[in-house]
Amino acid sequence: MSLFLPGKLGALAAILTAALLAHGQAATADADAVASETATSITLSQALTGLQAGSFQDKEDVIAQLLTLGDERVLPILKALLSGDLSSRENDSQIYMLTESDGTIAATDALTGAVTAGVDKTSYKKITINNKLRGKLRSAIAQLSLAHPDTAVRISAVQELLDHIDPDLVTLLQERRALELDKKVVAFIDIGIAMARINADDKQQRLQSITILSDSNHPEGKRRIIALLEKDPAGKFLETDPEILRAAQQALKDIEARTKLYGFAETVFFGLSLGSVLLLAAIGLAITFGVMGVINMAHGELMMLGAYTTYVVQLLMPNHIDLSLFVAIPAAFLVTGAIGIAIERGVIRLLYGRPLETLLATFGISLILQQLVRSVFSPLNRSVETPSWMSGSWEINSLISITYNRLYILLFALAVFAALVLILKKTRLGLQVRAVSQNRAMARAMGVRSDWVDALTFGLGSGIAGIAGVALSQLTNVGPNLGQDYIIDSFMVVVFGGVGNLWGTLVGAMSLGVINKFMEPWSGAVLAKIIVLAFIILFIQKRPRGLFPQKGRAVEN
Amino acid sequence: MNNILTSGVSALLLTMSFTAPAADTIKVGVLHSLSGTMAISETTLKDTVLMLVEEQNKKGGLLGKKLEAVVVDPASNWPLFAEKTRELISKNKVNVIFGCWTSVSRKSVLPVIEELNGLLFYPVQYEGEESSKNVFYTGAAPNQQAIPAVDYLMKDVGVKRWVLAGTDYVYPRTTNKILESYLKAKGVKDKDIMINYTPFGHADWQSIVSDIKKFGSTGVKTAVVSTINGDANVPFYKELGNQGVSAENIPVVAFSVGEEELSGIDTKPLVGHLAAWNYFMSVNDKANAEFIKKWHAYTKDNKRVTNDPMEATYIGFNMWVKAVTKAGTTATDAVAKAMIGITAPNLTGGMALMNENHHLSKPVLIGEIQENGQFETVWKTDGLVVGDAWSDFLEGSKDIVASWVDPINCGNYNNKTKKCSGQNY
Amino acid sequence: MSKKHTMPQSLLALPREDRGGRIFLGILLAVMVLVPILNLGTDADNPIHVSTYTVTLLGKYLCYALLALSLDLVWGYCGILSLGHGAFFALGGYAMGMYLMRQIGERGVYGNAELPDFMVFLNWQELPWYWLGFDYFWFTALMIMVVPGLLALVFGWFAFRSRVTGVYLSIITQALTFALMLAFFRNEMGFGGNNGLTDFKDLMGFNLQLDGTRIALFLISAALLASAYAFSRYLVTSKFGRIIIAVRDAEDRARFIGYKVENYKLWLFTFAAVLAGIAGALYVPQVGIINPGEFSPLNSIEMVVWVAVGGRATLYGAIGGAFVVNYAKTWFTAVLPEVWLFALGALFVIVTVLLPNGLVGLIQQRRNRKEATA
Repeated sequence: MSLFLPGKLGALAAILTAALLAHGQAATADADAVASETATSITLSQALTGLQAGSFQDKEDVIAQLLTLGDERVLPILKALLSGDLSSRENDSQIYMLTESDGTIAATDALTGAVTAGVDKTSYKKITINNKLRGKLRSAIAQLSLAHPDTAVRISAVQELLDHIDPDLVTLLQERRALELDKKVVAFIDIGIAMARINADDKQQRLQSITILSDSNHPEGKRRIIALLEKDPAGKFLETDPEILRAAQQALKDIEARTKLYGFAETVFFGLSLGSVLLLAAIGLAITFGVMGVINMAHGELMMLGAYTTYVVQLLMPNHIDLSLFVAIPAAFLVTGAIGIAIERGVIRLLYGRPLETLLATFGISLILQQLVRSVFSPLNRSVETPSWMSGSWEINSLISITYNRLYILLFALAVFAALVLILKKTRLGLQVRAVSQNRAMARAMGVRSDWVDALTFGLGSGIAGIAGVALSQLTNVGPNLGQDYIIDSFMVVVFGGVGNLWGTLVGAMSLGVINKFMEPWSGAVLAKIIVLAFIILFIQKRPRGLFPQKGRAVEN
Repeated sequence: MNNILTSGVSALLLTMSFTAPAADTIKVGVLHSLSGTMAISETTLKDTVLMLVEEQNKKGGLLGKKLEAVVVDPASNWPLFAEKTRELISKNKVNVIFGCWTSVSRKSVLPVIEELNGLLFYPVQYEGEESSKNVFYTGAAPNQQAIPAVDYLMKDVGVKRWVLAGTDYVYPRTTNKILESYLKAKGVKDKDIMINYTPFGHADWQSIVSDIKKFGSTGVKTAVVSTINGDANVPFYKELGNQGVSAENIPVVAFSVGEEELSGIDTKPLVGHLAAWNYFMSVNDKANAEFIKKWHAYTKDNKRVTNDPMEATYIGFNMWVKAVTKAGTTATDAVAKAMIGITAPNLTGGMALMNENHHLSKPVLIGEIQENGQFETVWKTDGLVVGDAWSDFLEGSKDIVASWVDPINCGNYNNKTKKCSGQNY
Repeated sequence: MSKKHTMPQSLLALPREDRGGRIFLGILLAVMVLVPILNLGTDADNPIHVSTYTVTLLGKYLCYALLALSLDLVWGYCGILSLGHGAFFALGGYAMGMYLMRQIGERGVYGNAELPDFMVFLNWQELPWYWLGFDYFWFTALMIMVVPGLLALVFGWFAFRSRVTGVYLSIITQALTFALMLAFFRNEMGFGGNNGLTDFKDLMGFNLQLDGTRIALFLISAALLASAYAFSRYLVTSKFGRIIIAVRDAEDRARFIGYKVENYKLWLFTFAAVLAGIAGALYVPQVGIINPGEFSPLNSIEMVVWVAVGGRATLYGAIGGAFVVNYAKTWFTAVLPEVWLFALGALFVIVTVLLPNGLVGLIQQRRNRKEATA
């Protein structure tokens, strides 16, 4: 109810009336008067009561109050509030921090720290927060974490504060700097101090600050430098010192140059990352299509099944999400590989020598698989969780950061590619596969069981599609339409690279990814894709068998 | 062979012209895609209508007759929507149709439903710019979703810089046009608005999210207003989360992301991002709790979520039942006339009202995404917002009004030229 | 790819005894007489009444049949598996759609006589140049054939000259239609974006919602299908047709003998594209909407399936296939809305695996067996 109360209640009024009435509504003049008397000496327990009753504005004020208490119980409370674990027990309105481990929930009394294990979650009401509060909380937690024993925590705390620096925070940072021993932390603190000192009186300090800010690449630092270069309406610089002006201009130029450079690096990475997705999607196809000559329209659906396997694996091991992908990869390989072998034995075997007809039959299979998934798992998308080691990004500096999921998928794609090349080059199966693809009759004459090789090759291609599905489950929707979105792109990659050549697929996927990403900024995502397609069409006219054409007799038919 | 073919063709002709004998039931057509790209959203609405029909039959049906649902699958294929509408009305003789999701499917159905004088209840938020004699729009018009959301961001969050990101089709285009002109009217400069369109199912958001991040790093509070559709949302939010765009820095408010879509996403990185709807599953209301209970019982799945288009279907269905009861017949004209002024309970408390422009008056809610995939309401309009068929912020349509009562009796009446145009009957 | 055994030999050997064609034309004629009489001449309650729903449905099938015919020409007779045939169909459809949009005039929702509704809300000030001329039917009729034909000519000229064949050709035709789909989805293109063109009022002054207009469109479609069939039959049995078949069966040999293989392929491909464009143009007024979904690569694959189900290189097989698959789709989506994709998918698999020559091949086989036992 009180969520929607119009106007702002005085924070303390809310706290007090909440304590008295347990419903923060009746804000009367009397309550206000009482509140102002006790304003200076708010206790932790009063604040906690205030947290559960007031509006978001009230909660914000309470958080500000909590910061001034200097009580060490405050930090865990704020953290719990941020993560949504701070709850009030319904029968007595006491505040608890809930923690979950192995399926049981423990409640920690926020005031006393007493722990009760195995509580029922439904009898606790979560204390809600909104975005603004989340920002305040993060900042508050950062302020309280400046003295944390772990260096990494201190660094991220300082970084958090840098985004919204103000004079109070600068004082705080200066105090910390005096105590701080770690050089890295000091460096970050210096950036914060420089943000303030850039407008100080001492010229030397200012110049030094400009250098620090310029080197830091921090966006807030850049804004402060830009502020130095502001002009008045007549077009004259507000800053009068020419030396400062020159330094600021130079600093800005340096930052812009670095931004451009890192922007370029970032685009390359984006391109490679898109390329790695294309590679994963296409590489299985490169085997079934390139090596066996089967146009498998159900390839996309096999990827979809791989993604659903990930979902099922996570359902089976809900407490070990971080490990789930390592289980899902072999599982998906086996599941889709088996389905692939079944498709080969049941349908494709009957169609050899009629490659275009495999297209029709597998198109039918793709419809069946789609509907199967719809019937079994419902047409809704399924939620596949991202393991913690795959979320977030690796911040190289303020200008460039690389997201972990893309990075791992890029590495993973390359690893799958390498493994596949090894299988085809170094194993007996690979030798037989190559033999059959080059000259089936001759291979049979040499004693190769070609139907067995066909089944295994198709199984291998399908299994890799399943692995690609595991990777895609980390990037996009896991739903019945997943396959359709990738099938056309995969065909383009294989044809562009050259059918029957794995290296062509690799080069094709990566170059298409990079071209696409470099065009996107000026043409937009759609037009970039259209241009790439037109490029492929024209390219095929020039080189009808792709980038790396297969050579030799096998080409002719 | 001659015989086989001719008998085959005549059998084909016979089955197609075969009309079911008029049994003593009231037929309810359900025109939602059960396969193809839209099945993901529309299947739920088919189940909702079936549940409502079943429930109504338990209460003794309508006008002393049982209701009978006729389900067809237009398979996310737009021309098929038109064909299936014709099939439902002229072959199956349905009295009312609940259906469509995308604008293009509705546009495809529109000429047919007007020609055959059928009745369609359309339950999805849409771009407006339409009011048909034969269609009742129970989803939100732009002024019931987009404008309140922007107001909230401007006033309560202090946003000054805007990214309007959408899928390239008519709903985002229109909504962004309306918002652009609304923002400019509020004094936002051109350089503080970034507009971006992506194709359907766009999966690679790296560059765009990186651009948004740069656009939002000028120190001025920035927000993203997202009209990104369906499947493209998951990779978009994943990319946001991974590139560290958190809701505190750059909040994203979405108009097409509801509980159902969130149920397919790992919501941890999304906490705090916003959505504007007329309904949230988390709203604490008796009618809502009852509805959720029935839904769980009907689907035999305690985890199934409810969402805004379901509420719109619920309101539409109840209004239709009331209107038929009031008119005493299921004849289209009588029911359509009775519909205007009908009220039916919202699931968020209070009553929704059918206006003379065939749009609803409903409350608008803004919620933040929680870790459990639900929304926490952070803001709500004081009263009901009247759905506006023709936006006041678009050049072409600000002079147009819709009113299906005398003296105007027209879906697009131009106040300036005093003319009614574009009607198909 | 060019395997002789996939062809029903006996049919090719007897081109002039086009028995299947005669049966098909007979049925078509009967339908052309019966449907208008039963639709316009009987009451809706009459058990033999053919509803308007059926008429539009049949009209749609006829357009698909014409499309399948054109695909069979290039695939069945010349071995060019076009996975982008839907593009020509859609382009013809868009040309017609643009004419129909212009016919709306000031009856649009915004009452703007100059611009179609979707341009009004995108704040366009004037008609783009490529819309000029679509006010006139003669110009539209020309464009319906010229636009798909020209695209096929240019595309084919490049592709055949570079000797892009087989799977490669299939994949780049797919890329072509996919690229066009993405392009037409863009609102900036001026073709109505995702919503496409819709809300048509009348065609050459005839109200599209009248039963009479529908019957007329139905008859025109049927007549065009019949003449296209007759002409195609003539084409494939002529000297040109024999060379085309030679190219399919042994392209290199045909080239060595001295035929300009590229030219033969190119003209056939272009002719097929024009036929597909006409099919699209007839399709649009009957279904009432054209949108970029028609360019979708999946649609084009489906067309190939019609031909395969009916039976390749017979012409009437393709037509029959278009009717059977589409009727199955109409029927399945109404009767088995939840699981119809299983049925359709299984149909495709079974037909390709068990009936390499399609349904026509099945009938052929039976007849042969009967004759053998008799």
